Amino acid sequence: MSRRLMQGNEACAQGALRAGVNFFAGYPITPSTEIAEIMARKLPQKGGKFIQMEDEIASMAAVIGASLTGAKTLTATSGPGFSLKQENIGFALMTEIPCVIVNVQRLGPSTGAPTLPAQGDVLQTRWGTHGEHTIIVLSPASVEEAYYLIVTAFNFSEKLRTPVILLLDETIGHLRESVDLEKYREIRIVNRQLPRVSPEKYLPYAAEENEAPPMIPFGEGYRYHVTGLVHDETGFPCTGNNTAIEKLLRRLNGKIKAHLEEILLFRELLTEDAEYLIIAYGAVARSAAEAVKLARNEGVKAGLLQMQTLWPFDADFIYKKTSQKKTVFVPEMNLGQYAGEVRKAIGNTVPVIPIPQVDGMLIHPRKILAYLRGEEKYAQVF
Amino acid sequence: MPTSGVKKNMPKSFNVTKYLRMDKMPHIWCPGCGNGMVMSAFLRAVDTIKLNPDKTVVVSGIGCSSRITGYLDFNTLHTTHGRPLAFATGIKLANPSLEVIVITGDGDATAIGGNHFLHACRRNVNITTIVINNSIYGMTGGQYSPLTGKGEIASTAPYGNVEPKLEICKVAEAAGATYVARGATYQPVFLEDLIIGALENKGFSLLEVISQCPVYYGRLNKKGDAVEMLKWQKENTISIKAAAKRSPSALKGKILLGVLASSFRPEYTEEYAGIIEEAQRMKS
Repeated sequence: MSRRLMQGNEACAQGALRAGVNFFAGYPITPSTEIAEIMARKLPQKGGKFIQMEDEIASMAAVIGASLTGAKTLTATSGPGFSLKQENIGFALMTEIPCVIVNVQRLGPSTGAPTLPAQGDVLQTRWGTHGEHTIIVLSPASVEEAYYLIVTAFNFSEKLRTPVILLLDETIGHLRESVDLEKYREIRIVNRQLPRVSPEKYLPYAAEENEAPPMIPFGEGYRYHVTGLVHDETGFPCTGNNTAIEKLLRRLNGKIKAHLEEILLFRELLTEDAEYLIIAYGAVARSAAEAVKLARNEGVKAGLLQMQTLWPFDADFIYKKTSQKKTVFVPEMNLGQYAGEVRKAIGNTVPVIPIPQVDGMLIHPRKILAYLRGEEKYAQVF
Repeated sequence: MPTSGVKKNMPKSFNVTKYLRMDKMPHIWCPGCGNGMVMSAFLRAVDTIKLNPDKTVVVSGIGCSSRITGYLDFNTLHTTHGRPLAFATGIKLANPSLEVIVITGDGDATAIGGNHFLHACRRNVNITTIVINNSIYGMTGGQYSPLTGKGEIASTAPYGNVEPKLEICKVAEAAGATYVARGATYQPVFLEDLIIGALENKGFSLLEVISQCPVYYGRLNKKGDAVEMLKWQKENTISIKAAAKRSPSALKGKILLGVLASSFRPEYTEEYAGIIEEAQRMKS
């Protein structure tokens, strides 16, 4: 046994190191700063690089630049900083540069409440940057999940050449739990695929259908061009070629959706015979799990579907999981962001009841229980 | 100070095409634009000091001048608006063995990218930055930049620009750049020397190049065609060496060209290598 007490943010840092991160650029912001502090200490010990940039925009740019030289790169931030990073996240999506972004959510908008928990960035992670895109967002509900989900985030990022977001809420970021990381000693680590052709034959953006192209670091003799403009297989702009534009956009989105089965991570608690299903994520999933136990003790058949992968959203999956239920509850520390997606997926077949809360506190299990008991029927969303 | 390069009246003759992606020609720049003159001086400098294109990364932002990365047969990165220095910092720190060069414009470097500009100078990362200053946003059709003069006309300053210019060379020096120089497109050989000096400086180098945009800045401000604009450069600039022999009154309104500041400070990635050593020593 090698259990130790660890904070969620530290688990992010340790997991990133396990995944092989060797470059971090960041900017101080509550409640994610511990990740930068740990990286500043640990990375040089293993020959890696840490830099505190002048702002959040620069941090995002620096991790993309470093990734182009072959590094595995990480940045960590919270709401205001996450907003600033959006344009360069779009650049990483468009240019297919792997990197991982941690967003430890605080209550917003704006400066909001830096030390209070909220889940108000759920839709921003999905649609924060402009233009048609598909992005992977993972969200842990425990310190241990933070550890292995960030390893998974790096693996998805490297395999699919795409930025991946690890979305924590402040509760998980600052939660301390006893964890045993020994079982992850053999965890699979994925590295980006290198080209198998000579520099003369290398087409930097030539990929199989719905796959990511192989990637060579800058400086290895394969001189190529990377641009945020739409580009064809050669990497050069193709703004005048509508066919090539559509091909690029289809592949950028398709490469994520084609791997949905592998990307979609979730956990279930007593869902099989449940009449009432709770769909939750992050710290609220813990409250929901407690509510399920309390409800079951009272003879109410409740179950929990905890989404670890928030995006991409698999509407068919949600439909299948909910179609036989009497009611679906979606508790979240916002005014119904994920509940709206669930409702879109299942339409009017099953009632979807949001359980919203935006007071800067974690949702109490008894609040969810009141809904399961039927004491609360409808929440004021707006 | 420039340490190599041959002083001649005419630019040297060499095979420029080996450094260019000829299949991407013709370039997008307007007739009379100064960007090609800077690109040509840059490639002569590259050829003179024998930079290896395989180990060289050229980074640009957004704007006319930033389209240069598409034509240079190096490792090239065309980034987001204003951010090339931040991308370049990540590249250089992650792999210090790469030669990293940023080519950017006045709006990209000093308006939207102003913060990165300050901090790249301060860190003294070994990056050569060439700011092609045409006094205008050309790509979007002639809006004023921080380097458009007070009273000058732009599409967003139809009654005259109310803002004063930013003195980017002074700012760079004050912020800690260890090589600060200004050149002009009308003196391509001298420009080449200044680029060589910038590339050879081990630290952050800032080279401002006064260039011409006859299509927007020139037309809106009645500066004539490209040739007239180059003549204007000749009449309104003076080399720092020649200026030393002139009285202050004779220098009034003249723009100084040459190496304006050079100093020695430890370079960032070398300093960081020391941090790695220290961290590993403390761990063991």
